[in-house]
Amino acid sequence: MKGTQTIQKKTKKTETTERISGSEAVIKCLLAEGVDILYGYPGGAIMPVYDELYKYQDKIHHVLTRHEQGATHSAQGYARISGKVGVCMATSGPGATNLITGIADAQIDSTPMVCITGQVGSHLLGSDAFQETDIVGISTPVTKWNIQVTKASQIPEAFAKAFYIAKSGRPGPVLIDITKDAQFEEFDFKYEKCKGIRSYKPVPNTDKNALKTAAELINNAKKPMVVWGQGVILGKAEEAFKAVIEKAGLPSAWTILGASAIPSKHPLNVGMVGMHGNYAPNVLTNQCDVLIAIGMRFDDRVTGSLNTYAKQAKVIHFDIDPAEIDKNVKTDVAVLGDAKESLKSLLPLLNANSHTNWHQNFKDLYQIEYDKVIKNELHPTKEGLTMAEVLKEINTQTKGEAAIVSDVGQHQMIACRYADFNTTKSNITSGGLGTMGFALPAAIGAKMAAPEREVVAIIGDGGYQMTIQELGTIFQQKVPVKIVVLNNEFLGMVRQWQQLFFDKRYASTEMVNPDFVAIAKGYSIDAQKVTTRENLKDAVKGMIDCKGPYFLEVRVEKEGNVFPMIPTGASVSDIRLE
Amino acid sequence: MNQEEKQLYTISIYTENNIGLLNRISAIFQRRHINVESLNTSPSEIEGVSKFTILIRMSEVNVKKIIGQIEKQVEVIKAYYHTEDETIYQESCMFKIKSDLLFNERQIQNIIKESNARIVTVNKAFFVIEKSGKKEEIDLLHRELTVFGIMQFTRSGRIAVTKDEMKISTMLAELQH
Ligand SMILES: Cc1ncc(C[n+]2csc(CCOP(=O)(O)OP(=O)(O)O)c2C)c(N)n1
Repeated sequence: MKGTQTIQKKTKKTETTERISGSEAVIKCLLAEGVDILYGYPGGAIMPVYDELYKYQDKIHHVLTRHEQGATHSAQGYARISGKVGVCMATSGPGATNLITGIADAQIDSTPMVCITGQVGSHLLGSDAFQETDIVGISTPVTKWNIQVTKASQIPEAFAKAFYIAKSGRPGPVLIDITKDAQFEEFDFKYEKCKGIRSYKPVPNTDKNALKTAAELINNAKKPMVVWGQGVILGKAEEAFKAVIEKAGLPSAWTILGASAIPSKHPLNVGMVGMHGNYAPNVLTNQCDVLIAIGMRFDDRVTGSLNTYAKQAKVIHFDIDPAEIDKNVKTDVAVLGDAKESLKSLLPLLNANSHTNWHQNFKDLYQIEYDKVIKNELHPTKEGLTMAEVLKEINTQTKGEAAIVSDVGQHQMIACRYADFNTTKSNITSGGLGTMGFALPAAIGAKMAAPEREVVAIIGDGGYQMTIQELGTIFQQKVPVKIVVLNNEFLGMVRQWQQLFFDKRYASTEMVNPDFVAIAKGYSIDAQKVTTRENLKDAVKGMIDCKGPYFLEVRVEKEGNVFPMIPTGASVSDIRLE
Repeated sequence: MNQEEKQLYTISIYTENNIGLLNRISAIFQRRHINVESLNTSPSEIEGVSKFTILIRMSEVNVKKIIGQIEKQVEVIKAYYHTEDETIYQESCMFKIKSDLLFNERQIQNIIKESNARIVTVNKAFFVIEKSGKKEEIDLLHRELTVFGIMQFTRSGRIAVTKDEMKISTMLAELQH
C-alpha cells in the first residue's frame, strides 16, 4: 500500500513539473503564495522578471512606485492592514539599497515582507560590476532571513522558505537576491510550500505551569494592569485578549503598535503608554502590583528609565519571541508561545473580577490629564488650530472606522492619542524605527489591500516631503487615499525638543514650504487648504465624501507641543503634563 | 558567581551550513560592542551540522541575552553557553624560529621538551614548533621564546567539548519528524 502511494506521488511529481525560466518561476512562486499585488521599480538586473510580469499582468498587479523606499512602505502598509505578506521588488545596486530603510522598519516592527532584488550575473559577482552591491551583506542585520540565488533551480525553495519565514512566528522582512543568469536559465519548475525548517521553531512551546503561575498572580492581584503590544494583532488574538481582560477586569494600556486591537472606547482601555502616552497608565505602571505584558517588547520609548520602571510589580510577559524575555525588564513569569493560544488557555484559569476601586485611579488621573491637556487640545480657545481638533473632526466624519496611517513626529503622537479606533489593524505607523516618509506610501498599500476601508494618512509637512513623489503612484493607480498634512511649518517634534531642552535654539527645523495644494493638483488630486476653525468641518467632510484621492492641508499652530511627555531618561511616573 | 560579574564563557552554536550565517552571528556581537576573544567554525559530531565555538568575556545576564539573539537566527539549530569548568578546551599555536637557534641555544630544546611542544619541521633556515594547550600554557611558551626571537607566531581560536552530554543529537532526531 505504502509502496503504491510513493509511486503515485512520484508520477504526479513529473506531471507537475514544467520547463520554464527562472524569471517566470518567480511569478509562479508569487502566485502560488497567493500574491495579487506587488510594489516595485524596474532596472537592468531585474528586467527578465519584469518581462514575465508583463505576460502575467492579468494575474498579478505590479504597482510602479516612484522610489524603491516607497515600494517597501507600500508593501508594509499592505501587510499591516491585511495581515498578509507584503511584496516588493527592485533592481540591483541603487534599487536594492533604496529598500533598506523600509526593510529596517519592517524588521523592528515585525512586519511580514518579501523583498526581491535583481543581481548582476553570477560570473560578475565580486568584480565591482555595474550596479553590483552586496545587498545580502547589507541587508543581513535588518532582515529576518535572506538569500542569494545563483541558479534557477534554487528559486522555488528560496521563495517557499521566504514566505514561510516572513509570516510565521514573529513576522519580519526577508530578502531574495537573484542573479540575472538565474533569471534567464531554464529548469524544471515545481513548487511546494514550505511546512517547516529544521533549525527554526516559529512558535515556542507554552509551559502549562507558567500559565498557571500567571493566572495565580493575576487572581491574587489587587492592582493588576495590562500593557499589550502588536503581538495581539499579529497573533490575531484580539477576541481572546478581550475575553481575558473582561473576565478578570484588567485595566489595559497599549503601546503605539498595539493600538486598535480593542476599540478606543472599550471601558477597560486606559490609553497609551510611553513617552507621549496617557497620564494614568504611565503613572500607574509604577503603582500596579502585577504588570501583564502581552506581545510587547518594553521598548525604551515605553519604559523610560528602566531603573525605575515597575519595580514594585510582579511582571508577567507573554511573547512569541524567547529573546524578548528578560531583554529589558526582568520578568517573574514568562509565558512563551502564540498569543491567541496562550490567552485562550489562560481564560478558564482566571477568576472573574472587576477591580472597581483600582479602576477609579485610572479615571481620576484621566480627569487630571483631561483638564490639563486634552480639553485644550480638543476644544481650544486660542486662535491657532490644534492637530488634535483635526483628528477629532476626522473621528466624527469617519465614525471612528478609518484606518489611520501616520507619519513620524508630533502629528503621529497626536494621531495615536486622539484617533478613535473601532476596528483592529487601524493604526498603521512606523513605531520602532520612526521613519519619516512612511505614511504616504504605506497608505497606498493599505488602501489597495483593503479597498473597502477608509484610509486616512496623517502627515507632517516635513515627512510628507520625504516621499511626496508617491503622489505620482496615487495618480497613476487611482488609489482613493485621503491625505491630511498638518502643516506647522516646522519639523515640529524636533522643534519641541529644541524648545524644551535646547533653549529654543531652532537649528534647521523651520521649513519654507511649497504650495502643497498646487502640487497635489499637478497630479490631478483634488485638494484644499484650511487655515481657520470655521472651515475645518466642511473641509474634512469634503475630503471624506470625495470618491477619489484627496489632499487636505491644515495650517495648524506653529509652536504647539505634545503633552504629556516623559523626558528621555526619566521615569514613567515623572511624566510631565506641561 | 554573581550574574552581573564578567567572566569567560564558551558559546557553542550548532547551525545549518550556510554562507551568510557567520555574518549574522558576528553582527550580533558587533552591534553590542562585545569583543570576541576567539571564534572557530568547524563541522560538528552531526553530519551536515556546523559548529561555532566562540569565546567571550561578559556577565551571565548578558550572555543569556546573546544566546537568545543567536537562537533567533533562522539557521541556528541551538546555542549553548558554558563556564570554564564545564568544558574541556584547547587552543593550538605555531612558532617559526631561525634554525641556528635550535643548535646554538640549548635552552630552546629544554623549553620545547618541558612545554610538550612538538617540532613540526626543521630546515636550513627555520624550524616550526606546534603546541596545543590552555591559553596560559601558550602564553608562557610565547614569553619564553620571545627572548630568542620569533620569526612568526600564530594561535588558533579555542575549541572545546563539554563535560556533560550535549542534547543536540536527540533534539535533532526529534526535529526530523
Ligand atoms: C527619516 C527620518 N529623519 C529624521 C527623523 C528625526 N525626526 C523625528 S520627528 C521629526 C520632525 C518631523 O516633522 P514633521 O514631519 O513636520 O512633523 P511634525 O513633528 O511637525 O508633526 C524629525 C526630523 C526621523 N524620525 N526620520
